Amino acid sequence: MNDSIKVLLVDDEEEFVTTLAERLEMRGFDPSIATSGDQALSMVQDKAFDLIVLDLMMPGIGGLEVMKQIKSANPEMPIILLTGQGSTKEGMEGMNQGAFDFLMKPLDIEELISQIHEALGKTSA
Amino acid sequence: MADKMKKWWDLCRQIFERDEEKKEMPRRYRRLRRNIIFLMLAVTLIPLVIMAATNAMQYQKNIKAERIKPIRAIAGKAAHSFELFLEERLSAIHFISSSYSYEILSGQATLHRIFRILREEYGGYVDLGIINNDGTKVAYTGPYDLLNKNYSNQQWFNEARVRGVYISDVFMGYRDLPHIAMAVQNLNDQGESWILRATMDTKKFEDLISPMGMDPITDAFIVNSKGVLQSDSRNYGKVLDQFPMEIPSSDSGTHVRELTDPDGREIVMVYSRLIKYDFILVMILPQANIFQPWHTLKQEMSYMFVASVIAIFLVILGSTHLLVKRIREADEKRVIAFRELEYTQKLSSIGRLAAGVAHEINNPLAIINEKAGLLKDLVDQDKHHDKEKLMRGVSQILQSVDRCRNITHRLLGFARRIGVQYEMLDINEVIRDTLGFLEKEAHHRNLSIEFKFDEQIPKISSDRGQLQQVILNMLTNAFAAVKDGGQIVLSSWQKDDQTVALAIRDNGHGMSEETMRQIFEPFFTTKKGYGTGLGLSITYGIIKKLGGEIKVDSKIDQGTTFTIFLPKTPPGEMENE
Repeated sequence: MNDSIKVLLVDDEEEFVTTLAERLEMRGFDPSIATSGDQALSMVQDKAFDLIVLDLMMPGIGGLEVMKQIKSANPEMPIILLTGQGSTKEGMEGMNQGAFDFLMKPLDIEELISQIHEALGKTSA
Repeated sequence: MADKMKKWWDLCRQIFERDEEKKEMPRRYRRLRRNIIFLMLAVTLIPLVIMAATNAMQYQKNIKAERIKPIRAIAGKAAHSFELFLEERLSAIHFISSSYSYEILSGQATLHRIFRILREEYGGYVDLGIINNDGTKVAYTGPYDLLNKNYSNQQWFNEARVRGVYISDVFMGYRDLPHIAMAVQNLNDQGESWILRATMDTKKFEDLISPMGMDPITDAFIVNSKGVLQSDSRNYGKVLDQFPMEIPSSDSGTHVRELTDPDGREIVMVYSRLIKYDFILVMILPQANIFQPWHTLKQEMSYMFVASVIAIFLVILGSTHLLVKRIREADEKRVIAFRELEYTQKLSSIGRLAAGVAHEINNPLAIINEKAGLLKDLVDQDKHHDKEKLMRGVSQILQSVDRCRNITHRLLGFARRIGVQYEMLDINEVIRDTLGFLEKEAHHRNLSIEFKFDEQIPKISSDRGQLQQVILNMLTNAFAAVKDGGQIVLSSWQKDDQTVALAIRDNGHGMSEETMRQIFEPFFTTKKGYGTGLGLSITYGIIKKLGGEIKVDSKIDQGTTFTIFLPKTPPGEMENE
């Protein structure tokens, strides 16, 4: 049931993002990986994604800026933010700017999946 | 006397330094108390002493003047009466010589009769005689056989003939009583001069003087200008003795002298010179007597003075004690408050760190999480034969754990200090270590961080945790000052044999001179709203505690350099908190 879901995972921690992608793939998602804001922006232009999982703190263009640019091109694109900060301040700010939700690292993969489903308006399996 | 002084000194010492306080009161408070006491004593006692002295002098002057005034008046009056008395006696003789002719008077019988009336009316007359132009006594009535005695070569005779009137000094006469002689000259029908001479005792003198001497301590007498006593003195001899002191020659009128007599008594001499006659009326009083009221007053004033000095002393001592105690309590409160602030600041810097640390730890944790999750997935799906994947997962987990451990170790290194703990430190390593906390931020903000370290810099003995806090503060400030992509240069060098230096330079917004002057003051902040205003003041405090110096150099829009100098060995004794 996750087959058709194209998720873009954006995080500068390559090991994290690749492993996460692999695990999502195992659960039937169709994940893609970007390790910087720039890469994510160019990938969004090339391919249509159903949802983006975006890390907030990245070198170069930060998560909020990436989200802003994506939202300006495609306001309907659901975005779930990831934050490594202890505080929820930045996550709340991201939600104010249109993110669907934010999750704290380390992630519970089941929670992520349920959030993805919720964001796409589907009930989880 | 010495014993008394010692007792006083001991008492003072006891008041000054109470034993139990001596132990706990630090030296600066004792010094502060001593200074305040001395200052307050000076500002109270100096005017008091000056005022007391001025008053005393004024009182003394007034009392003396007041006491001498009546004595002076008495002396003046007595001199006047004395003069009148002599005048009167002289005028009686004058009257006789003018009323009767030489011929009548030279008849013994008439002279006898006149002498008798004179004695009855006036009293004190001893004899009466008529001396003719040649100086021969032609008539005489009295106790001696002086008829026909010639006086032509005697001084008094010549003086009487020249001046018409003569009054002798006192001499010992009939029955060894002091006498005085007076003579008046007249002319007979032939134009020859003759003299009427009378002698009288000086009992009347005493009557005149006695009112002056009513006071038993007052010595009143008469002397002539040669200093020979003309009446008995209580202290300075009998009549005709030489008065032992010189009487200053001065014009008539009453004069006052304070002097010491030959017996060493302090006296006041009041004297009045007669106008027409060669007599001086003298009154002598002991100074002690005259100035008795002054002495009483002086004593009372002295008691008063001593009492006020003691009162002032006690009040000053008490109030100073209280004041210094309050100051000390306030100081202690301030220290406690400052420590609390320091603690708050530490908490806030720990809070600041927490965000960064959380991010740094959460990232490797996220990796561990995913890797472990993946391993679980693989096992779940029975894909555990994919050994390479399993191994990679496990080694990634181990690496991430390593990352976490590094971070927690750094964090512990920072949080560890409570007291000052000295150890040998490589300052470069401490800087690098501390920078580790902020590496992520530097990375994310594209800050360029350049190291210009003297790698041969000697190790110093200092406190790692405190230095880390200082460097972290400096770095946080530098990070806040620069824009994203800004530059921060960290350098270290050996300043001299005893000192190493480290500098943190940024190319941020810099600050004005006004700001630079205030940055080390507590609660001064330019980061309105989110700064505590304590970072630099605490940094300053720590550096001072470590025996170092901090210097700032800044230009608006060009950047700021903080330079810290640290001693290789910490200063002497350090207080352990």
